[in-house]
Amino acid sequence: MILPFLIIIPLLAAFLITLISGDKDNWAIVLSILAVISLLTLSIFSFFTTGNETFVYEMSGWKIPLTICLVQDAFSTFMLVIVNLIALTSLMFSVSYIKHYSGTWKYYALFMLMITGMNGVIATGDIFNLFVFMEIALFSAYALVAFGGKAEEYEAAFKYAIMGSISSTLILMGIGVLYATTSTLTMANIAAILPTKDPRIMYWVGAIFLAGFGLKSAVMPFHAWLPDAHSSAPAPISAMLSGVLIKALGIYVIIRFFFNVLGAPPIFLTLFMILGSISIIVASYLALGQWDLKRLLAYSSISQIGFILLGLGIGTKLAILGAVFHIFNHAIFKSLLFFNSGAVEMALGTRDLRKMGNLKDALPVTSATSMIASLSVAGLPPFNGFFSKLIIIIAAVQASHVGYAIIAVIGSLLTLVYFMKVQRYGFRGENKIEKPEIQISLGMKSAMVILAAFCIGASILIIPGIREVTLDPVVSVIMNKTGYIYEVLGR
Amino acid sequence: MKQTEGMTLIVKTVTRISVWMILLYGLYIILHGHISPGGGFAGGVIIALAFLNVMLAYGRGFIKRWVNIGFLHDIESSSAALFLAIGILGMAVGGGFLANFISHGKLFHLISAGTIPILNIVIAAKVSMGLFVVVWTLAIFHLDKGGKKE
Amino acid sequence: MIVYILCFALFLVGIYGALTKRDLIKIILSIGIMGYAVNLMFILFAYKTDAKFAILIKEGINTNMVDPLPQALILTSIVIELGITALLVTLAIRLFEKYKTFDITKIRRLSG
Repeated sequence: MILPFLIIIPLLAAFLITLISGDKDNWAIVLSILAVISLLTLSIFSFFTTGNETFVYEMSGWKIPLTICLVQDAFSTFMLVIVNLIALTSLMFSVSYIKHYSGTWKYYALFMLMITGMNGVIATGDIFNLFVFMEIALFSAYALVAFGGKAEEYEAAFKYAIMGSISSTLILMGIGVLYATTSTLTMANIAAILPTKDPRIMYWVGAIFLAGFGLKSAVMPFHAWLPDAHSSAPAPISAMLSGVLIKALGIYVIIRFFFNVLGAPPIFLTLFMILGSISIIVASYLALGQWDLKRLLAYSSISQIGFILLGLGIGTKLAILGAVFHIFNHAIFKSLLFFNSGAVEMALGTRDLRKMGNLKDALPVTSATSMIASLSVAGLPPFNGFFSKLIIIIAAVQASHVGYAIIAVIGSLLTLVYFMKVQRYGFRGENKIEKPEIQISLGMKSAMVILAAFCIGASILIIPGIREVTLDPVVSVIMNKTGYIYEVLGR
Repeated sequence: MKQTEGMTLIVKTVTRISVWMILLYGLYIILHGHISPGGGFAGGVIIALAFLNVMLAYGRGFIKRWVNIGFLHDIESSSAALFLAIGILGMAVGGGFLANFISHGKLFHLISAGTIPILNIVIAAKVSMGLFVVVWTLAIFHLDKGGKKE
Repeated sequence: MIVYILCFALFLVGIYGALTKRDLIKIILSIGIMGYAVNLMFILFAYKTDAKFAILIKEGINTNMVDPLPQALILTSIVIELGITALLVTLAIRLFEKYKTFDITKIRRLSG
């Protein structure tokens, strides 16, 4: 049973790093890389051997309605592979990026705590346990955003911390109302008991959770912390925050709660579609006017989360397939883009697009991978972004929501426009840049090359033979509320 | 005579007597966590307040001379690792993570209820040391000298 | 019924403070007040009419106790509030060192 080890391994690594490290951080690097490699091996192993079955692990040997349970089905295994893959590449990138900060063992300990929190949120089946692990991951994120020590970073971390704690208090209120209605905390039990109660409670709790978890995943009315926080963090932390944290804490819990516990009531699906389309259009317009590279990438994250939410709101099998595939794709190419911006910042010392120029000779690996990632986000054919956006648009037309399909197409065109702006000013510009004196190390280059290979190779997940193994079980788990209840409670 | 650091003589004399009672009270709440309300976290906070009382009454220089902050930091992180080790031991004996594998004993006795008193003591160690080290780090941060630590 | 309305009024006081106050420390205190209101709401949900406290004593009250599970949830929630308050106060000290003020309308270097 691998489920408790997903939480024990990074937690033990975090505490041992705090115990062992003095001034130098060699042991911290060794322990954290060992921990993340073992986590990635465990999650890939469980993804390929037990794809369709559900495992339930009860803590401390008690039985289900009285204890905390950990649930592993196809959807959580899929998310675990994404989280641990991005964590490994981010750790490879940050070994040499962090060297010019001070107190670097604290970075590795906080990084391990963030991975613990995210793994715990994905693996758990108990709603208060989800709240506790979410808070663990968020505290580490607040502290890591402020890691550099500059004035803007403290301001961004304070803004993020205040908004995050207001939404956490709202979520706790929602958990209290759920407990008072159903008198149980296991999510499968809540799903079984909630239809027998007053339907107005379902709308009230759904609204509170949409506000609370919507702020964690940065949908449009609740997005105000994201541009500051993601542009002020160090580059590998921006990749982790924008690539996996807003998906593991926000989109994953929204899917689990609204599709598996509440059973997808139609009013919430309409709300998802409206909020998703607002996110796509407004965030793309705001991204067009930015000259700071990381701020532009942060607004682009809000826009792509709008795509995922639009796909979820349409609600058919094809649309959820597109949304789940877009979660995977966005994690990969957004992390790659943040790694590129980190490499440029380390080599040239600036993030402003007007000061970067022709980087093809100065930083060859960085400019090649940034071209691959930009074409993926914009949605050009052999790369993976094209397939996921195409599936969402086709599903919108098939469900006769032609207006939303037109909004998605306009969003894709605007994405193409501002990424061409990034390429034209930032990487193929007019200023002549000579070779920088700070070289980009092998760890950073290999992290970028691995993710670029995934950008090209992930399109094979759509081919019908491979799709039955990897993506179809995920969609059938999401759409099947009674199956979820039976698998967890019926053992 | 002029005091150089800390508070007045009355506060120092009363603290010298009363801080042991605060420690004793905290220890009572920790050890009786499975019989009466309280437990690891509440007792840990009380012990941290006892250390804080000494720091407020005698000044930061006194704590820096007599207490080794690195040792408190080591107690904190090793007790956290010890908590996980007890959990893994429960999983190795059989019955799930954090299972109660020691015999449960008789009701209302001090040594009963399996691993719960041991975990209470471990949690109290972590919370008290952690809280004191956090407040100590905030206290030695000099705002008027441009943010330099002592 | 009136107790629930008062508890919700405490929550609204906390939200009012977090939204309209201009001083950093007052915002941190308002977030604390919101946390206290939600903890109080959990305890109110656990109460049954004419029930005794949920502790085993030797003379044996063994039926009709109040619900002890929300009390355990409250302990966890209080620990989380402690952590977030410590983090916010540390950030406030560092912000004062960099910006020389506690006024949030003057801490606005990031915008756009």
